[in-house]
Amino acid sequence: MQCEWISAIRFEKRSTTPLSVLFLVPLLSVIIGLCFVGLFIGATGKDPLYIYGLMFDGAFGSAYGLSETVVKSIPLMLTGLGVALAFRMQLWNIGAEGQLYMGAFGATWLALNFPTWPIYLLLPGMLIMSFITGGIWGLLPAIPRAYFKVNETITTLLLNYVGILWVDYLVYGPWRDPKGFNFPITAPFSESAILPALGDTRIHVGLILAILAAVMLYIVLNYTKWGFEIRVSGESAIAARYAGMNHIRNILLVMFISGGLAGIAGMTEVSAITQRLQHGISPGYGYSAIIIAWLARLNPWAVVVVSFLFGGLLVGGYSIQTSGFPAATVAMLQGAILFFVVGGEIFVKYRLTWGSKGGKQ
Amino acid sequence: MSIETAVVTMKNITKSFPGIRANDQVNLTINKGEIHALLGENGAGKSTLMSILTGLYRPDSGEIYINGQAMKFYSPKDAVLQGIGIVHQHFKLVKTFTVAENILLGLQSSNEIYDLQAIKNKIEEFCLRYGFHVNPDAQVWQLSIGEQQRAEIIKALFWGAEILILDEPTAVLTPQEATELYKTLRLMANQGKSVIVISHKLTEVLENTDNITVLRGGKAIGTVQTASSTEEELTRMMVGRNILFDITKKNSKRGSKILALHDISCLGNRGQKALKNISLDIFGGEIVGIAGIAGNGQSELAEVIAGLRLLQTGKKFIDEQDHTHSSVRSLISAGVSYIPEDRLGTGLVPGLNAVDNFILKSYHSLAGYFINWRSAKKETQEAVEKFDIKLASLSNSVNMLSGGNLQKLLLAREISANPRLTVAVYPMRGLDVGAMEVVRKLLMAERDGGKGVLFISEELEELFMLSDRIVVLHEGEIMGIIEPCATTIEEVGMMMAGKRMLKEDAM
Repeated sequence: MQCEWISAIRFEKRSTTPLSVLFLVPLLSVIIGLCFVGLFIGATGKDPLYIYGLMFDGAFGSAYGLSETVVKSIPLMLTGLGVALAFRMQLWNIGAEGQLYMGAFGATWLALNFPTWPIYLLLPGMLIMSFITGGIWGLLPAIPRAYFKVNETITTLLLNYVGILWVDYLVYGPWRDPKGFNFPITAPFSESAILPALGDTRIHVGLILAILAAVMLYIVLNYTKWGFEIRVSGESAIAARYAGMNHIRNILLVMFISGGLAGIAGMTEVSAITQRLQHGISPGYGYSAIIIAWLARLNPWAVVVVSFLFGGLLVGGYSIQTSGFPAATVAMLQGAILFFVVGGEIFVKYRLTWGSKGGKQ
Repeated sequence: MSIETAVVTMKNITKSFPGIRANDQVNLTINKGEIHALLGENGAGKSTLMSILTGLYRPDSGEIYINGQAMKFYSPKDAVLQGIGIVHQHFKLVKTFTVAENILLGLQSSNEIYDLQAIKNKIEEFCLRYGFHVNPDAQVWQLSIGEQQRAEIIKALFWGAEILILDEPTAVLTPQEATELYKTLRLMANQGKSVIVISHKLTEVLENTDNITVLRGGKAIGTVQTASSTEEELTRMMVGRNILFDITKKNSKRGSKILALHDISCLGNRGQKALKNISLDIFGGEIVGIAGIAGNGQSELAEVIAGLRLLQTGKKFIDEQDHTHSSVRSLISAGVSYIPEDRLGTGLVPGLNAVDNFILKSYHSLAGYFINWRSAKKETQEAVEKFDIKLASLSNSVNMLSGGNLQKLLLAREISANPRLTVAVYPMRGLDVGAMEVVRKLLMAERDGGKGVLFISEELEELFMLSDRIVVLHEGEIMGIIEPCATTIEEVGMMMAGKRMLKEDAM
């Protein structure tokens, strides 16, 4: 015989999910993630609350911290939006990191080869170039996915390494700045290849690009015929085919745009932040983007907000290094948050009940 | 009948799911040696009740007694130990294993060494005792559906079933195979086993069972002795009112040729030849019924017409236009409506709302790049009222709708597109009587309006009632094309089993 009380616990499928649950579940998941990592922090002999306080203060407690948080959130928004778009169609694009690097590569190529172009020509050119190179990096795995159902999760992931190593090859090899003391960096960009900053902060025009991308994505997804096709395809590929939608074309397009958005993130990083191409331009924005897209439930507005919070997490992570703590804690925290958020999904779809009485009608 | 003498007594069983009370204070008594039918419309709660008896669900309240003993089943295993066996509608057999191996697979023995020969011997023994034949060395995929069902029955017997439940056992059988099955079941009952048959087929139940319990809307309406019951009484119990089984078919003038298939062949999902050189015309003002046992090429035929399946050979014309290689979209604009077998998932998108689903096809013909949601909402609202679709809100996702309302929404969309040809695959399956009537009337209205209808069904009565011509498919070939008034159900049944009767005059 089984234990009575165990068999009295069960999951019931929710007929509707209340809005409060929709917000509460991810919020609680994040808090549980914080507690979980807090255990590890505690195990090192530090007070987790103190460490979290330091992180919060570093990220949001000063004008400088806040502006740094925004700076970090820009590539997160762009990659997050790209990933969210692909996820909408149930295309599991794990390759935003590589797409970001390829976008940076495309933008840099233009910046290094045509440094004398005026700013109004060179910057838009770099933008388009990064969109195309990033897009191609998204398109490459999309082709076998669309025609032969090759699992894109693996191919996009593997192409990350190719993209990152390709940039490494360039900055260690042919594109290395002869005047750069052997550092893996290219020559600095010319004036006209640099995205202007907003005011006297490090926040740059990329923020406007990212928010513009969110607005466009929102409009496309909700008000256009093509966006409707993506929503249908994401829910049921069979229904999309049944309704006469060109599923293959949509896979290719969505992955191209998804990669392109990540590519723009690469462009804003090299153009505004490093102002040259160098080794390790991204601390894993493209991976964080997956968590962000998921937390944001693939909603463009929510991606903007969540990216801001994750930017804070990154900046906060740097600020605790001074107290002898590795910034890698942040990676651990991100992992824990994703783990609990994904696990928490079950409470969105199901409700836990106790006792032998059925759910109320 | 008392709890002590009955084999199974279910008392005041209640089971709720979100939004629905599937069983409401249901009582059921099964005696030793009887064939007991559980009759009811789809959604009446038959399957839920049997899932409770087999330990798959736990009731919210109520008691179960087996041979007078109060029981609580926490898992299907508990029910199996009490001698309850079930043969599901969809068989649970490993196709590449032999019958004997499949039975071995299901045996829960702590012994690592097994004796296949002993199993084979026992299979032979069962075959002898119950008067049927299954080759224990045949691989399951080689068996006919009827034989696979027998393998499932043997599996249940191996598990020590004294109470055998069969869920819609004849749905996939030819009329002849169904007769054979009931012979076997009768033998089992005579030898002391109790048999429960879940069904919604009146005639079958009246001919073959001892007692009938009718369920409606989750409640047990009553139990009657088969011998003293009539079709009229059972119908009334099932649906709560008398329904007319005959609908008056207006004379309709055969219009122009809408669909022409010449020598069509195609492959099925498993790469097998699903259609073999089929030629078929459909004219305006007629309903062409497709009869056949499920899986004999019907679904593939519908998909070929809708453009969802590629042709290997042959040509396809809509209104004399060559559409052999047309895309799904151009077939939609040529006026082909398709009501697929899989409503939720293919015909309708589960996670999207009624408006999204209503414009699923028509959105594309809008001018420009944008969707006008206001007018889409208005059109949907009008259709919801016109087709009497019951939904809480236009913005709720459609997977909250009941089967009947889903089908109405699907039909509303397809018929609102004003099609030339409607391809309907099992459009009444799983619907309640009211919704079935609506579907019937809508298809009839299409025909009377001079449009063509291809109607695929597994219910011969339905086919005879609605069709102007019936095409019988067997293993992807046309066994014959006949007019319902010039044939009998028996004759169609034999054609479904593979007897060729091509009558040229009806082509």
